[in-house]
Amino acid sequence: MADDSFDAIVVGAGPAGCACAYTLAKQGKSVLLLERGNSAGAKNVSGGRLYTYALELLEPGMYLRAPLQRKIVHEQMMLLGEKSATTIDYCDYGLGEDVPQSYSVIRASLDEWFAGEAEAQGAVFASSQLVDGLVEEEGKIVGIKAGEDEMRAGVVVAADGVNSLLGQKAGLFPDAKSHAVGVGVKETIELSDALISQRFALKDDEGTARVAIGCTEGISGGAFLYTNKGSVSLGIVFNPQQAAKNGRHIQDIFQDFKMHPAILALIEGGTSVEFGGHLVPEMGYHGIPKQLYREGMLVVGDAAQFGINTGMIIRGMDLAIVSGLAAANAILAAKSAAETGPLYMKQLEELLLLPNMRAYSEFHSMFEISRIFNAYPVLANQAMHFLFTVDGRVPPPMLKKLMQIVKSNVTFGQMAADSWKAYRSI
Amino acid sequence: MNIKRLSPEELLALNRYEVDEGKPHILIDKAVCSRCSPRPCLVVCPARCYQLKDGEVNFEYAGCLECGTCRVMCSDKGVTSWNYPRGSFGVTFRCS
Repeated sequence: MADDSFDAIVVGAGPAGCACAYTLAKQGKSVLLLERGNSAGAKNVSGGRLYTYALELLEPGMYLRAPLQRKIVHEQMMLLGEKSATTIDYCDYGLGEDVPQSYSVIRASLDEWFAGEAEAQGAVFASSQLVDGLVEEEGKIVGIKAGEDEMRAGVVVAADGVNSLLGQKAGLFPDAKSHAVGVGVKETIELSDALISQRFALKDDEGTARVAIGCTEGISGGAFLYTNKGSVSLGIVFNPQQAAKNGRHIQDIFQDFKMHPAILALIEGGTSVEFGGHLVPEMGYHGIPKQLYREGMLVVGDAAQFGINTGMIIRGMDLAIVSGLAAANAILAAKSAAETGPLYMKQLEELLLLPNMRAYSEFHSMFEISRIFNAYPVLANQAMHFLFTVDGRVPPPMLKKLMQIVKSNVTFGQMAADSWKAYRSI
Repeated sequence: MNIKRLSPEELLALNRYEVDEGKPHILIDKAVCSRCSPRPCLVVCPARCYQLKDGEVNFEYAGCLECGTCRVMCSDKGVTSWNYPRGSFGVTFRCS
């Protein structure tokens, strides 16, 4: 190997790339970590929750150094009606004890910190560096091209995100398909910690994570809300194919959601400070490309389409970190370049990333049940309206009226079909 | 400023951009776009970079959020070239 080359070049300083660079540098490998943004995190948008176990896996106690926002102790699900909302609040203070299960995060600060951690271990970090291509020799990837520069390494780790142009350039997989991704939009809204605590019943660094359905005009998708320190992250993820068919711009649907009285009440008095958009891998296990490596290259994180969405649990960053660690472990253990890829796949099994994704492998098909996104939330709100109505008139018999509400929204045949599909999905 | 419905321009004005003047990172072929009827880009681009002007699809790269949705959704290959902006250009998120 030439003197001017690195043991590894990691492309992309998101959680996957940083976890990989951190681990490699810590073990004494020479690592170049490249980021196209002005700083790590500058190009990244995520809903905003990190499951802590992944950082613990990287290094116990590491999360204590991370610029995390609020530890999530309120898990909420919201079903929106036109002027109403039914919200289930699962409050569990146990989730915040010992090592809290999850934290809301802001990527600009999280990723910047994470890249700094890798740098502190000896990795060379360079921002504002767009990698345009790969260097191949004798069928092996031996480096990258960035503008006029060419840099060589024993292995290139593609941590370049959901669009992974590098993975495509390496011929590992075709362009992402529109049915396999969600398009997310998000506003970050500054709001004082005092107001956040009051409105969400939170103390100190406790936080709330909320998912909502019934706000997408029937398009497969859902909204999210995360409380941060001094801000709230609010957004919606849409199935882009259905959104295109629906015809109304997704920005407008998102603004409607933001102005829904039940949402507005939470963010009123705040200030919108940023607007982001991003793609999200949505196919879970079935969305993972068949080939995640070739000699001289590994693909990690969103680039490998690692993601889990059960409707209640949305995971991406934790899987990114675990995959970055898996890649690093493989690189460290490999005795020859040809071994690295198979070892990486083995690590993905041993660190339980792939087994986790397999456990939810059919979940994405639940989101093909279109009525989840409109008919059922409407039904729930109409039923609640009836159950809580007192107007002095004699109410209709309860069961009869409830059945009427059900029938006005779905047929029994549809309900049976949906239940069967949901049953098959989980 | 209190919370209000934000226009497409107001949403993008929240962000910080460094535009690579004269060097669009995404190229479209208007001839292809003129024959495309579904035109999903008009609806799904989060930044509304694709807009109809005099019946023609117009693309304005300055407000791009670099998400890749147009690349994935463009069915007729009107998007002829899709890249990220050169290093240090494009959007910079500070609190997302």
